[in-house]
Amino acid sequence: MNRLLSSARTLAPLAALFLLAGCDDYALLFPKGDIGLQERSLILIALGIMLAVVIPVIILTLVFAWRYRASNTNATYAPKWAHSNGIEFVIWTIPCLIVLFLAVMIWQTTHKLDPYQPLESKVPPVRVEVVALNWKWLFIYPDYGIATVNELPIPAGTPINFKLTADSIMNSFFIPHLGSQVYAMGGMQTQLHLIADQPGIYPGRSSAYSGSGFSDMHFKAVATDRATFDAWVRKVQHSQLVLDKASYTELAKPSIKNAPTTYARVDPKLFDDIVNQYMPAMTHPTHDMAKMAMVEGPMCGPQRAKSAE
Amino acid sequence: MLGKLSLDAIPLHEPIIMGTGVVVALGGLVVLALLTRYRLWGYLWKEWITSVDHKKIGVMYFILGLVMLLRGFADAIMMRTQQAMAAGGAEGYLPPHHYDQIFTAHGVIMIFFVATPFILGLMNVVVPLQLGARDVAFPFVNSLGFWLSAMGAILVMISMWVGDFAATGWVAYPPLSELGYSPTTGVDYFIWSLQISGLGTTLAGVNFVATIFKMRAPGMNLMKMPVFCWTALITNILIVAIFPVLTATLAMLAADRYLGMHFFTNELGGNAMMYINLIWIWGHPEVYVLILPCFGVYSEVIATFSGKPLFGYKSMVYATSSIGVLSFMVWLHHFFTMGSGANVNAFFGIMTTIISIPTGVKLFNWLFTMYRGRIRFHSATLWTIGFMVTFAVGGMTGVLLAVPGADFVLHNSLFLVAHFHNVIIGGVVYGCLAGMSFWFPKVFGFTLNEFWGKVSFWCWLIGYWLAFTPLYVLGFMGMTRRMNHYDMPEWQPWLQVALVGAIIVGLGILAILIQLYVSIRDREQNRDVTGDPWDARSLEWSRPSPVPFYNFAHVPEITSLEQHWENKEKGRVEVRRYEDIHMPKNTGAGFLISVWSFILCFALVWHMWLIAGASLVATIITFILRTYDRDTDYWVPADEVARIEGAWHASMKEAA
Repeated sequence: MNRLLSSARTLAPLAALFLLAGCDDYALLFPKGDIGLQERSLILIALGIMLAVVIPVIILTLVFAWRYRASNTNATYAPKWAHSNGIEFVIWTIPCLIVLFLAVMIWQTTHKLDPYQPLESKVPPVRVEVVALNWKWLFIYPDYGIATVNELPIPAGTPINFKLTADSIMNSFFIPHLGSQVYAMGGMQTQLHLIADQPGIYPGRSSAYSGSGFSDMHFKAVATDRATFDAWVRKVQHSQLVLDKASYTELAKPSIKNAPTTYARVDPKLFDDIVNQYMPAMTHPTHDMAKMAMVEGPMCGPQRAKSAE
Repeated sequence: MLGKLSLDAIPLHEPIIMGTGVVVALGGLVVLALLTRYRLWGYLWKEWITSVDHKKIGVMYFILGLVMLLRGFADAIMMRTQQAMAAGGAEGYLPPHHYDQIFTAHGVIMIFFVATPFILGLMNVVVPLQLGARDVAFPFVNSLGFWLSAMGAILVMISMWVGDFAATGWVAYPPLSELGYSPTTGVDYFIWSLQISGLGTTLAGVNFVATIFKMRAPGMNLMKMPVFCWTALITNILIVAIFPVLTATLAMLAADRYLGMHFFTNELGGNAMMYINLIWIWGHPEVYVLILPCFGVYSEVIATFSGKPLFGYKSMVYATSSIGVLSFMVWLHHFFTMGSGANVNAFFGIMTTIISIPTGVKLFNWLFTMYRGRIRFHSATLWTIGFMVTFAVGGMTGVLLAVPGADFVLHNSLFLVAHFHNVIIGGVVYGCLAGMSFWFPKVFGFTLNEFWGKVSFWCWLIGYWLAFTPLYVLGFMGMTRRMNHYDMPEWQPWLQVALVGAIIVGLGILAILIQLYVSIRDREQNRDVTGDPWDARSLEWSRPSPVPFYNFAHVPEITSLEQHWENKEKGRVEVRRYEDIHMPKNTGAGFLISVWSFILCFALVWHMWLIAGASLVATIITFILRTYDRDTDYWVPADEVARIEGAWHASMKEAA
C-alpha cells in the first residue's frame, strides 16, 4: 500500500505537467489542419494496433518472470522443453498479421499524404515559395508579388501550395500544427501542400539542424480569414521595401533573430534564380546540361514525373 | 611544418573546456605516476599493449567503451542541463558554438567509441571460447584493429582541447559539413577519427567472419553453434559489408574538403542527397551491427538463468539472418521527408515494418524460454527482463516512425531522439552490461558484486524511462532535436524531468564503477573455482575461470548445441593427457602501426603535410616489416599445460 501511495506521489507532478500545458501545445495530437488530422489518426491507429500486442507481451514478460521464479517450486519446470511447432506458428503469425495490416495502411496513406500531392478543395490555392536562409525563412507569394521574412500569413480554409528550396544549407520546413514537413535543399526544389482549417497562430520552425543559428530559425504561421488575409496583402503591397537581387544578397547573409519583415515587391524570377544559382551551365545555354535543365525544369531536385500523381 | 596548428587552436577562453582539460590532465598524471611508482610499465607493455590474446583485447575494448561512456555521458548531462535552462528567451550556459559540438561528439562517441567497442569486446571474449578455438583467426590483426579504434577515440578526445570538433550532428550532413560552412578543423577530426576507427572495425569484422567460418571445433556445424556466435556472425558480415561504404563516403567528403572536389557540395553538380543516401546505407545496418550481438547475449543469459535451453533456436537463427538481409533495404526511412515519391517512401516504410517480424519473434522466443523455467534473478537476468519490457516499446515507436505519414510529423523530433535512445539504451547498453556481468568471471576468475549490479540496473531502468518519456511527449508537442534554446516555455517542465532522469542514469554509471571497485576489492571471496558459476550451458563454462591463455587444453569434440550442458548431464570428464599447444606470439606491431596512423590522422587534420607523409611511410614500413616477421608463434609445452590444468583440478577438489 505504501508503495502504491509513493508511486501516486511521484506520478502526481507528472500528471500536473500535462495539465500545465494546454491541449493546443500538443501540436500533433490537436492539429489545426486536414493533413495534420489525417496524420494524427494514422499515428493513433498504428499505435493502437501495435499496443494490442506490445502491452500483452510486456505483461506476459513480467508474469512469466514472476511465476517461474526459482523460489516458486509450485510452478511447472520443464528443463528440456525448447520447441513447439504450435507456438512457433503463432509467434511468427502474429507479427506477420500486424505487419500485413500496417503495410496496406502504409501503402494507402503514403500515397494519400504524399506532400507533393495538391489538396482537393473548391477554394483556389495560394502559392508560397519558401527559401531557407541562414538562419531565417523567406516566404515569397508569387500570386501577389510580395514576400515576408520569418512570418507566414495564410488564409484559413485555403490550400497552400509550397515550393521549397534553400539558399545553401539544408533545413526542414515544419509547422507542427498543420502537419507534414519537407526538406528545403540548396540547388533543389521540393513541394509541400498544407491547409489550416481554422484561424490561429501556429509556430513553425526548421527541424533539420543547419548550424549555429538553427535554434532561432522559427516563425509564426498566422492563419486568418480570407478578408483579413486579403487586407494584409493589400497593405503589404503598399509598403516600402522591395526585394530585388541586391537586397536579397544582403538578406541571405548569415544572421539570426531577424524581425518579421514584409516586402511590397519581389523580383518574380527570384525563387527560380535561387534554385538555379549553383548551375554555372545556365549562363551558357548551349551547354548540354542547360538544355536538359530547360526541358525538364530545375535539375537535381527530387523532381517527380507527372504520372506519380 | 605545423600546418594550420598554432596556439590559437587551444580554446583558452572557454572555462568549461579548460577546466575539464585540467582535470583530465591531472588524472592522467596520477595514472602515469602510479604506473611508474609500481613499476607497471613493463607489465602493461608485455601483458596488454602487445597482447594478441583475444580475451585481453576484449577487456581492452571494454575499458575503452567504459572510459568513453563517461565522456559521452558528460556530454549528455551538459545537453540536458542546457535544454532544461534555455527556455523562452533564456540562452542557457552553453553557446551554440559549444553546444553543437557537444551533441555531435555525444552521438559519435556513443556509437563509435562506446557501443561498438562494447560489442567488439564481448565478441572478442566470447566467440573463440564458444567455438572451442584457441584464438581468433588473425590474432595480430585483432590487436591492430583494437589499437586503431583506440587511436580514433584519442583523436576525438584531443579535438576538445586542440581545435574543435564537428558542429554538424553525428552524421555530418553536407553541405553543412563542407568547407564553406564548416571551415574549422572540427569536421576533419570527425572524418579522420572515424576513418581510423572504422578501419579497425572493418579488420575486426573480417577477422570474426574468418574465425566463425573456419575455426569451429570439430563437430560444430553451423546449426550446433551457440546463438551468440550466430548473432556475431551476422553482425560481422554486416560490418564487412557496410564499413567500406562509410570509409568511401567519408573519403569523398574528405576529397571535397581537402582537394576541392564537389561530390556533395551545392556547387558544380555536387549533390548532398548522395551523401545522405550513402551514410544511411552504412548507418542503418550499423544499428543492427550493435543490437544483434546483444540479442545473442540476452539469449544466452535467459536460457542459463531459466535453467532451460533457448526456446526456438532455429527460429532465432532464421530471425537473426533475415534481420541481417533486411537491414540493407530500409535506409531511406531516415529521410522520408526529402521528397521521394510515394511509391519509394511506401516501399521503404513497408520493408522497415517487415524487420519487426523477426524482431518480434525473438521477443516471443525469450518469453517462452522463461515459460516453465526456474528463473534466477541474477543482475544479468534483470538486464534481460528490463530489456524485454523497454525494447518492446522502442520497437513499437520505431515501427511508428517507419510509417511515412507519421514520420512526416515525427521526423527529426524529440520523439525520434527518444526512440533511438529507447532501443540503443534499452537494447545495446543493457545487453552489453548484462554480458559484462555474465562473462566477467570467465575472464577475471571472480564474479561481480551483485548488490551494486542491481543498483546499477534499477538506476538505468528508472533513469532511462524518466529521461526519455518526456522526450516522446515533447515530440508530440513539435519540439525538434538539436535545439540550443527554444521559445516555447511549455516545453521546459518536461526537459527538467528529463534532466532528473539523466542524473539517475548517471547514478547507474557510478554504480557500475563502484561495482567494479568493490568486486576487485572482494575478489578473494567471490572467486569462481568451478569455472561454471551460473550452471550454464555452452562450451566456455567447461573451462576454468579465468580461462588459461590457450583456452582449451584439448580441442573439444562437439556433439550437441549445448555441449557443456550435455557433458554435465552425461558426466563426461576430460582426458588428462596433454599435448603441446601452438599459440601466437605477442607483438607490438599493431600498437606501433596504430600510433603512426594516429600521427598521420592528426597531421592530416592540421594540414601538416610533412609529418603526414612521414607517418604514412612509417605505417607502411612497419606493416611490411611485420609481414616479413616469421617469428610469430610458439609452442606451449605439454608439461606447462598439465601444470595449469592440474592446478585447476586441485582447486576444484579443494572447493568440493
